[in-house]
Amino acid sequence: MTAATAGRVLRQLRHDPRTIAMMLLVPSLLLGLLYLLWKDLPTAPGQTSTFDRVGLTMLGIFPFVVMFLVTSIAMLRERTSGTLERLLTTPLSRPALLFGYGTAFGLAATVQAVVTVAVATTVYDLEVAGSLALVVLIAVVNAVLGVALGLLASAFASSEFQAVQFMPVIVLPQFFLCGLLVPREQMAGWLQAVSDVLPLTYAVEALQEVGRSTEATGRMWADTAVVAGVAALALALAAGTLRRRTS
Amino acid sequence: MDAVVVRDLVVERGRRRVLQDLSFAVPPGQVTGLLGPSGSGKSTLMRAVVGVQRVRSGQVTVLGEPAGSPGLRTRVGYVTQAPSVYADLTVRENARYFAALYGRGAREADAALADVGLHEAASQLVGNLSGGQRGRASLACALVGEPELLVLDEPTVGLDPVLRVELWERFAGLAAAGTTLLVSSHVMDEAARCDRLLLLRDGALLADTTPARLRADGRSDDLEQAFLTLVRASEAAAA
Repeated sequence: MTAATAGRVLRQLRHDPRTIAMMLLVPSLLLGLLYLLWKDLPTAPGQTSTFDRVGLTMLGIFPFVVMFLVTSIAMLRERTSGTLERLLTTPLSRPALLFGYGTAFGLAATVQAVVTVAVATTVYDLEVAGSLALVVLIAVVNAVLGVALGLLASAFASSEFQAVQFMPVIVLPQFFLCGLLVPREQMAGWLQAVSDVLPLTYAVEALQEVGRSTEATGRMWADTAVVAGVAALALALAAGTLRRRTS
Repeated sequence: MDAVVVRDLVVERGRRRVLQDLSFAVPPGQVTGLLGPSGSGKSTLMRAVVGVQRVRSGQVTVLGEPAGSPGLRTRVGYVTQAPSVYADLTVRENARYFAALYGRGAREADAALADVGLHEAASQLVGNLSGGQRGRASLACALVGEPELLVLDEPTVGLDPVLRVELWERFAGLAAAGTTLLVSSHVMDEAARCDRLLLLRDGALLADTTPARLRADGRSDDLEQAFLTLVRASEAAAA
């Protein structure tokens, strides 16, 4: 039933070609903008160029943001259209429903990540020391985190207006504190502590590890596992918010 | 054994008591009509029967199990008043998805669409259908599971008279084959097509009767008139 649900979600997506086009192209185009922004600025010898550093991180942040938004709206529609109440009277279990969503959008994110990584490394000459497959893997795990947090956030939104505003609330603090804008070592102690409990911090660190070293490092795997663990936790919490009986 | 047994059911929404102390039974293999004006508690009662309504007190037993039990999910079909199907899928894709959830295949999905007269619209997006067609698509998604109990909340709203008659004939056919149907309506002329009637008003059961008995008790061949007579009699008794 997870497969049937994932198939259904992907079929819904297929009937919406503009969303597919935006999902696949927008990250590449935004990355292109960053490339042009820094293209002609000099890089100190021995330093990673700004685009290599930021661009690589963005490969993890785009799928997180996009999947968070898409999922929270999709689940909100499921709640408001009455289909969720109906599904809860069928043999479909709550984890199967959520894993169905996770699988469908995880697959969409894989395609998105492959396209974006391909464009970034060929058209924009993004330099990555490690394996590109690992970059795609981390991007997909990030997308699943976005899906899980989106499913959870949708429980607290009663309208689309509220749902889209959860994006800045959930995403921007993680983005500010992930170590991209200011290196984590230079943050005030308490901000560093907050940054320590935000999953995006680990995703960004994992990508930086792949950017630096040719071989997969233990730290990279640990970071990826943390992100996957938080995603699983958020999915479990989201399952708890699906109540069969309501007043 | 009765398909649905409701005992001393009380449902509150906020401070308002939506259902007050209802007790009745729905016999198997028949069409039981749940009739009453809008706001009388029909939808709430149906939600309680399928087990999605939080109840204050009382018991609802469905096919021998407490309402909402996991074992009932393959045996009970529920169609909400607002069509709950995916607008961004075609009619066929909707039917096949719900078929898969009930462990059925594409053949059963197509049969359910034919049953509600939607086989020609099968490849259209639900979002492009008329309100009546959407309602039938929603109905097909419940029929596809071939449930023992079908709970239908106002399934004929917005349908043209020909389709409405066809659908009621379909309900009678299902009942003849052993399915129990609980169908709500606020149109009294549909009451005549039911085997049994539950008349609901302000969350209380006004009568548990049959069309013939309602005509006799209300001293009118017109069911609407008979219902009115009953309402006035109960109001006079309460005053």
